[in-house]
Amino acid sequence: MRPSPARLLNILVPVKRAVDYAVKIRVNAQQTGVDLNVKHSMNPFDEIAVEEAVRIRERLSKEGSEPVTITALTIGPAKSVETLRTALAMGADSAIHVEIPESAPAPEPLGVAKTIRAIVEKQKEKEAVDMVILGKQAIDDDLGQTGQMLAGLLGWGQATYASKVELDLEKKNAVVTREIDGGSEQVRVKFPMIVTTDLRLNEPRYASLPNIMKAKKKPVMKMSPADLNVSLEPQIETLKVTEPPKRVGGAKVESVDELVEKLKAAGFTAV
Amino acid sequence: MGKYRGKSTTVLRPKTTQEVSEIVKWCNDRRIGIVPQGGNTGLVGGSVPLKDEVILSLSNMTQVRSFDPISGILVADAGCILQSLTDYVAPHNHIMPLDLGAKGSCQIGGNVSTNAGGLRLLRYGSLHGSVLGLEVVLPDGTILDQLTTLRKDNTGYDLKQLFIGAEGTLGIITAVSILTPPAPQASNNVILALPRFENVLPLYKTVKRQLSEILSAFEFIDRTAYDLAVKHGQGRALSEDEVEGAECFVLVETSGGKREHDEEKLNTLLESLLEADEPLINTGVMAQNPAQFSSIWALREGVTEAVSKEGKAYKYDISIPLSTFKECVDLTRERLRSKGLLSEDKVKAVMGYGHVGDGNLHLNVVANAYTEEIQDALEPFIYELVASHRGSVSAEHGIGAMKTHALHYSKNEVSVAWMKRIKAMFDPNGIMNPGKVLE
Repeated sequence: MRPSPARLLNILVPVKRAVDYAVKIRVNAQQTGVDLNVKHSMNPFDEIAVEEAVRIRERLSKEGSEPVTITALTIGPAKSVETLRTALAMGADSAIHVEIPESAPAPEPLGVAKTIRAIVEKQKEKEAVDMVILGKQAIDDDLGQTGQMLAGLLGWGQATYASKVELDLEKKNAVVTREIDGGSEQVRVKFPMIVTTDLRLNEPRYASLPNIMKAKKKPVMKMSPADLNVSLEPQIETLKVTEPPKRVGGAKVESVDELVEKLKAAGFTAV
Repeated sequence: MGKYRGKSTTVLRPKTTQEVSEIVKWCNDRRIGIVPQGGNTGLVGGSVPLKDEVILSLSNMTQVRSFDPISGILVADAGCILQSLTDYVAPHNHIMPLDLGAKGSCQIGGNVSTNAGGLRLLRYGSLHGSVLGLEVVLPDGTILDQLTTLRKDNTGYDLKQLFIGAEGTLGIITAVSILTPPAPQASNNVILALPRFENVLPLYKTVKRQLSEILSAFEFIDRTAYDLAVKHGQGRALSEDEVEGAECFVLVETSGGKREHDEEKLNTLLESLLEADEPLINTGVMAQNPAQFSSIWALREGVTEAVSKEGKAYKYDISIPLSTFKECVDLTRERLRSKGLLSEDKVKAVMGYGHVGDGNLHLNVVANAYTEEIQDALEPFIYELVASHRGSVSAEHGIGAMKTHALHYSKNEVSVAWMKRIKAMFDPNGIMNPGKVLE
């Protein structure tokens, strides 16, 4: 039998530059948001997404079958290009940077999803995207909607909160194990599809020095939201951000009676 | 480490210098031995009573006395835990000039008494430089107040230097005045895999030259130590093809004032290393975020913990010329092999790791159990080896109770005799930490 022509599997991985999870978050003086003048890195769930895309390619190239291309995408100010370099150093082949001004408000999930859709549609002209892998949420706004909205906008199938992804290129589908309450669930989704990643999916690799060097030479295409004909204007207005009340230290009591007295004074009564 | 067991019946926990002074005076009058104790994290038994001495714990003296955010000078009670001082100066954008694995338990008084080295020595120098003043209770109960905050003070003999590293044999440090450097605004680290040990020195030279003022650590881990750290889950391992063919690893840390500047320097260095005609390194990884930064450090800092999980450790903390690091490890391994001691049920591993920048090698021998046979094979062999290179038998751990017999390998007769005279002058009754440092 004649071998079928090599077909590329094209994976798009949208990543977000977020305040690093190890940083202690502080509300800014105006109470309009948090202090952003701190260490940023790639949203950890997105890092898992990049890792998964790279692992998919490693698995497939081992079997000598179709090669995979991985494109990383980010929306953000000029500095976000660092996040793309990390994705490229981990193994993405190329990157797209939708640049917004430093002063622009943080994009909301719907705007982000529409931007990703615009990219997917643009890519159709040359290498159609078969799979979008992205974090289930970003750790800065915790909104957790982009993947689902994107699936809705594109009319694609989605497998969210993935802890395992197995591809069947012949049948053009994937069996995805999902994290659900009290267990896991397996679903089969046809290409093209959306996967959102959960913590157990994998453990992201270190970026090796040769790959960091190579990443510098990989192409990063820049565009603006206007080029894609999308608007990232927020639809929600943040009124106020406050820190949780400070925990008040405990105190030792001498006796049970004293404890009961203190509880009563604090307004606790017997049920 | 389970090697030392005290026989004391009494622990005193004074809250003030005055109380320390009264206790010491009382003990001196009655010739009662005293063991000063801080966080009890020492590795040579310096804080453990050998007979029935009274333990004087400083752990109730935990007040920060003052901090000047402009000069960075911190004055604190001896019982302050290193980590809590780090946390105290952090909001003022300063860091402690020393950092070590035991930071969560060790106390600043103990750090000074033992002249602890640790991971920042390369950058900020030893405590002999950063300690500006001390308050010490002398063996007769007198309080020696030298708690000044002066950078320059050439007025007579610098008595405080005698107590730094005296391990509590000349008096009890009750408070410390120490210079804290400004906190670096950006840090980065890489771990490099080297094909041969011989490359470590040229690499150190290149790294020092290119990174210059931002270089803050240059740590060496041999393959055995790396494998052990990974085996016991200390930090995330490099991928297999990255470690393939690596004989040892080097961890390089940078700390500086501006991230972009530091990254540019580091990148230029790494590029030149990778693109060299005869590369000194196989490959390496660079931390992409704070989590990876700590994970890479854990590979180095976790060796100590991994060693204690693997078995009973014979630890030698030696200063020797950099070029002899590997030779010393190899000779020790060969020595054990020739005595038929290198097997799973006797000595499991011989490894070297440590601070290349400071010429300090941690030579560790992991055995199944502490036995005389192994002990005899190692000592005085290692001490003689160190002495043959004019090295130090204790670079940063001190002498304590463990190495009093080995002092003469690093200090000649005249030096030891003068140490004894100083000891006799300060402590004629020999009550301060008896049996430590000097035999």
